[in-house]
Amino acid sequence: MPFLISSPFVGEGEGKGEKREKVYQYLLRRLLIAVPTVLGISVVLFSILALAPGDPFEELALNPDIPTEVRLHLRQQFGLDDPLPLRYLRWLTAMLRGEWGYSFASRVNVNTLIWQRLPTTLFVLGTAYGLALCIALPVGVISAVKQYSLFDHVATAFAFVGHSLPTFFTGLLFILLFSLHLGWLPFIYSTTLEAQGLAWITEHLRQGAMPIAVVGLFESASLTRFVRAAMLDVIHQDFVTTARAKGLPEWRTILGHVLRNALLPVVTVMALQVPGIFTGAVITEQIFRVPGIGSLLISAIQSSDTPVVMAITFVYAVLVVAFNVVADLVYGLLDPRITYA
Amino acid sequence: MRLEEYELREWVRRVTHGEASRRDFIRTMLGFWLSGPLIAEMLRTQTSAMAQGRRAVQPTFTPTRRGGGGKLRLLYWNAPTILNAHFAGGARDVAASRVVYEPLFSIDPEGEFIPILAEEIPSVENGGRSRDGTWTIWRLKQGVVWHDGKPFTADDVIFTWEYAIDPATAATSRGQYENIRRIEKLDEHTIKVVFTDPTPRWYLSGGQILPRHLFAEYKGENARNAPYNLKPVGTGPYKIVDFKPGDVALYEINPHYHMPNRPFFDTVELKGGGDATSAARAVIQTGEFDFAWNTQIDKDVMERLEQQGRKGMFRFTTGAWVEHIDLNRTDPWTEVDGERSSVKVPHPFFTDPLVRQAFALAVDRRTIAEQLYGAAGQPTSNYLNAPRQFASPNTRWEFDLEKAAQLLEEAGWRRGSDGIRHKDGRRMQVVFQTAANPVRQKTQAIVKKALERIGIEVELKVVPSNVFFASDPGNPDTNSHFYADMQMFANSLGFDPQGPMRQFVSWESAQKANHWAGRNFIRWANAEYDRLWKQAETELDPVRRAALFIRMNDLLIEDVVVIPVVWRQEVSAVSHTLRGLALSPWGSILDDLAYWYREA
Repeated sequence: MPFLISSPFVGEGEGKGEKREKVYQYLLRRLLIAVPTVLGISVVLFSILALAPGDPFEELALNPDIPTEVRLHLRQQFGLDDPLPLRYLRWLTAMLRGEWGYSFASRVNVNTLIWQRLPTTLFVLGTAYGLALCIALPVGVISAVKQYSLFDHVATAFAFVGHSLPTFFTGLLFILLFSLHLGWLPFIYSTTLEAQGLAWITEHLRQGAMPIAVVGLFESASLTRFVRAAMLDVIHQDFVTTARAKGLPEWRTILGHVLRNALLPVVTVMALQVPGIFTGAVITEQIFRVPGIGSLLISAIQSSDTPVVMAITFVYAVLVVAFNVVADLVYGLLDPRITYA
Repeated sequence: MRLEEYELREWVRRVTHGEASRRDFIRTMLGFWLSGPLIAEMLRTQTSAMAQGRRAVQPTFTPTRRGGGGKLRLLYWNAPTILNAHFAGGARDVAASRVVYEPLFSIDPEGEFIPILAEEIPSVENGGRSRDGTWTIWRLKQGVVWHDGKPFTADDVIFTWEYAIDPATAATSRGQYENIRRIEKLDEHTIKVVFTDPTPRWYLSGGQILPRHLFAEYKGENARNAPYNLKPVGTGPYKIVDFKPGDVALYEINPHYHMPNRPFFDTVELKGGGDATSAARAVIQTGEFDFAWNTQIDKDVMERLEQQGRKGMFRFTTGAWVEHIDLNRTDPWTEVDGERSSVKVPHPFFTDPLVRQAFALAVDRRTIAEQLYGAAGQPTSNYLNAPRQFASPNTRWEFDLEKAAQLLEEAGWRRGSDGIRHKDGRRMQVVFQTAANPVRQKTQAIVKKALERIGIEVELKVVPSNVFFASDPGNPDTNSHFYADMQMFANSLGFDPQGPMRQFVSWESAQKANHWAGRNFIRWANAEYDRLWKQAETELDPVRRAALFIRMNDLLIEDVVVIPVVWRQEVSAVSHTLRGLALSPWGSILDDLAYWYREA
């Protein structure tokens, strides 16, 4: 789990207004720290990308009919021959103006490319994470409540298998089974479906089924274990025993007291995974030809289209920093014992 | 059997005057490995009866109406990222733009010229070509309209040339316009291309024609801002509907296309992304797609797919791709004036012809071709393999380690106690580099094993291909620096070998002084070769010019400048239902898309 700011316990006697004010102060402080963090990340990213060898003109080199001067001229035009600090400053000023860079391969601004890809990535990965949550929560809760039962053993086994199988393997397995053997599902994701209305929805679900299942199952495996562990932490605490002793029905004890408290770390983990929804699943998108941000990233890396790589990795970095702040704030909302000193 | 030039000319004269059998002549010429079109060209210089611009492979299907063919689904796993061929990063972009834009002509697999935006193919007889090769007059097709309804005229052709040669535009197509001095407008539908130097390449007039009325304000520095780079307006058989770079291009039929009853399909989808193997599967096994380009995959997988798949098959396009090994003529391990592989320091042993021959004998081309390439490649003794009139009949290759070892002994290289050959205190060790690619790594291993058996120590080096082929003067791992003893890669040699064969002329030596922009990476220098190349540049007689190139190729092989390994073919996966595809290697593979149709 990435850096969580320590949250010391403070007595409960403080007033609400005072607390809200503290939240704002805390937020301001965190945002001020975030600026140099993001800048530092951008320097590191930019340097690594700029120092990486190779240029985007590989295929032009294979054709001896294209004079080398053309490639040298393009290098100059794209500013690849300028000194590194100058290139970084140019990138930074453009970024501050809201220009994310200029793709060498498509000769358009990178934001155009990213906006084109975002809806697909959000649909596929958003659904996948939703699916992961739908599986992980009930399975994790039941596993914890009925610890060491047959259900718990089976769920644990599945979670371990699911977590150890990489997505490129399950992806290919799914294609082999559902597309090639059974012929049920298409394995090439299309963004140009012509169907209307209900047919459009079913087509979307059909082609999305495999990538969503692959990512969703993989994520649910680790999340299930996490929910289970968090539940077990709480379930043996005194207030749960007290709740039971008071005669509360078992389901109310579990949902109202155990789960609510156990959700705290789970929410943090989920919040920290949100940046991943925006930046896509590189491998799964590549296998199923899902035109999301992950596949944009990988093809940009392959063709040395550095402005695109820079933009995507930078957006990811910003999102990670931002959601860290969000996670910490949510933590405090869920647990009144936590204050922002 | 040898045929002297004057005898040949006399025979051509007799054939064209009906004094000798045309069939005998063609048969003999085919025996000389001359291609059909070249023979036709030989006879054409004498007669004017030759029909012009005919499709060599006549499609049997003649549609009676335009459209009605449903959707055509194309898969380019290497996805197109821009729809302006003048900014193309590779063949994928040229192809995706070709659906919308058209050039003046295309070249079919047989080497025949097919007019597209030209009314006819210029020839000396129809007054379209000067006898001295200084100009070409193109008569443009009349009544052609751009997708936005504006008429296509000579101004568009001239503008496209101006656009592409403007250095500020930074077009990748600039090389196609070399040697054009100016283009004159004779009337609304006639242009005259005037060359700087007389040239046998009378057809040089560049690529896909852009509409002047839209691109005029996006020439030079402003070219990158043209919205039409992603939303093209052309004259082609299909119009763009939607384009997402790196993902998909969707086209619809052009109802005003200038060829009657064409095209056949109502919409075309060109999807990108993924990998070659699953692209082949999508066509051959599941039939989700009709055509997949560049499906060069592992030979075993390819054979298995062909057996299992019922929806399609692999089609091979014989172009001029040759996988070859270069032997460095300069010393990569001594630095002089801040550069290694300097022309001032000769290589310690590759300067000895016996050693070079020994290396050539140690390359088992048959095993490499059969085990690694299968149907997609064949062993070759020539650097220049296609078009067929340029393929030399004079060269041979063999794999003989004993003979190789014997040559090394003769050259004075004796095995030391460690099994490695020595001479004058120097060990025979080489670094062999190539671009990362599974097939190339296996080839490297085969070559290494053979060389080790004759007492040569080999160190293999693999460079990522975007680095190996980069034009970065600061990176020592590029193929133009060639800081190794041997290197292997493949070139596409194209329809005319003039440009590609420039890679071996002495003044192109890649070195620090020219920022390694020279094309001669081997740094070989041969006065005869230089002279032949210059002569070919202005030689107007096609037969004599072919002979010049054959001689150039023979020099490369005799002197073991390069070791050609495999003559590669381009592989596509094609649905069983598709018809009318010619798949020409000489332009874009989608050049004849207007002719494609489906038969259930």
